[in-house]
Amino acid sequence: MFDYNFHWRPVMKSLPDLLEAASLTLQVAVLAMVLGIVIGLCLALARLHLRGPVYWFATAWVELARNTPALFQLFFFGFGLGAFGLHLSPYLIVLAGLSFNCAGYLAENFRGGFKAVPETQIRASRSLGMTPWQAYSRVVIPQVFRIVYHPITNQMVWAVLMSSLGMLVGFRELSGETQFFASRTFRIFEYFAVTAVIYYVIVKVILLSSRLMAARLFRY
Amino acid sequence: MEPTLKFFSGFAPNDLWFMGEAALRTLWISVLSISLGTVLGTLFGWMLYEGRRAAALTLAPVLDVFRSVPLIIQLVLFYNFAPIMGLNLDPFASGTVILTVYTAALVANVARGGIEAVGAPIRRAARSLGMSYWRDLRHVVLPIGGRAVFPSWVGVALGVMKDSALVSVLGYVELLKASQILITRTQEPFLILALAGAFYFALSYPVSRYATHLENRWAQ
Repeated sequence: MFDYNFHWRPVMKSLPDLLEAASLTLQVAVLAMVLGIVIGLCLALARLHLRGPVYWFATAWVELARNTPALFQLFFFGFGLGAFGLHLSPYLIVLAGLSFNCAGYLAENFRGGFKAVPETQIRASRSLGMTPWQAYSRVVIPQVFRIVYHPITNQMVWAVLMSSLGMLVGFRELSGETQFFASRTFRIFEYFAVTAVIYYVIVKVILLSSRLMAARLFRY
Repeated sequence: MEPTLKFFSGFAPNDLWFMGEAALRTLWISVLSISLGTVLGTLFGWMLYEGRRAAALTLAPVLDVFRSVPLIIQLVLFYNFAPIMGLNLDPFASGTVILTVYTAALVANVARGGIEAVGAPIRRAARSLGMSYWRDLRHVVLPIGGRAVFPSWVGVALGVMKDSALVSVLGYVELLKASQILITRTQEPFLILALAGAFYFALSYPVSRYATHLENRWAQ
């Protein structure tokens, strides 16, 4: 049936390079998530509590991030900003694109989380003598965190999967590195099969560690 | 010192036509794979629900792979694997196959959730009224469960529509690939990307708004 000889040796020889590229993938995904969580939080709060231009800016960000392809967003940070003479390195393109995207999606999750905590709780804690900061940090945030914990995990998985788009803007993370090796040796199937396995393992490790952490965090 | 040769020509009305055609191709591959994938995914979802242990051990891990490996890697892998199997698929066919299976993997979970959303008492009542298993599925589970998960299905469908941009990696000239080609020629990235982004946005935004609207109305 197969008229094709699989050659796995070149892949095994470049496995260390691939694993190093995988760590770059993880690094950019984690950074993008950190930025995404911070920006997403700001966007969610802006959409909940503010009016006027800031509200519209946050809304435009969220809707653009959610309603256009991630690849389009990467192209925008790549070619689009190039039109204004701002040339980002491939690393920055991917980081900016992913952060933009994650912030948009997370903002909606955070907004839902904040809305799920009844306002009466804030009033109750305020009348118990808590400062607004105490009310937020001790009553609201712990509940919101519980609600958005799983969406954040999912978004982290998406960030890892989306970072593979770096391949199309010349970033040598796991996918880009794989394409580089594959086009040098013409062992395209073998290389991408190994890369698929690496991605699968990364995703499973993220999900497993998230579950273990949840078991510890939400014991009560 | 006037330059005698011009490498780049500006954006012409003709190019709008080129982009329009590419947009239709994006639409066509999305509609095709979303419809096929939804049918297949609903079947898988039903199998996951009815198969219990057996499906959890066989079908679920296979579907999980499609959700844990970046779509772009899946596309490249399948495109290069098909000739090994003796199939000669063009980029459109390979893209459709992978997008269909990808959609099915996502829809399977949605569909199972929909079946689970229909309470056992309702189904028992339907059977007690003399409905056969299939009539219960068609006239009771489909309307009630379908309504419960319709918004998540819309989310999946819009996600696949946006992810169809990745088929460009195989050389299929859909909207984003066409934009890239035009950018290379005209050197007017901002205008072209804005047009492409506007198309995706105009497609995705109203549909997602309408789905939220329906969700709110049905929730009452």
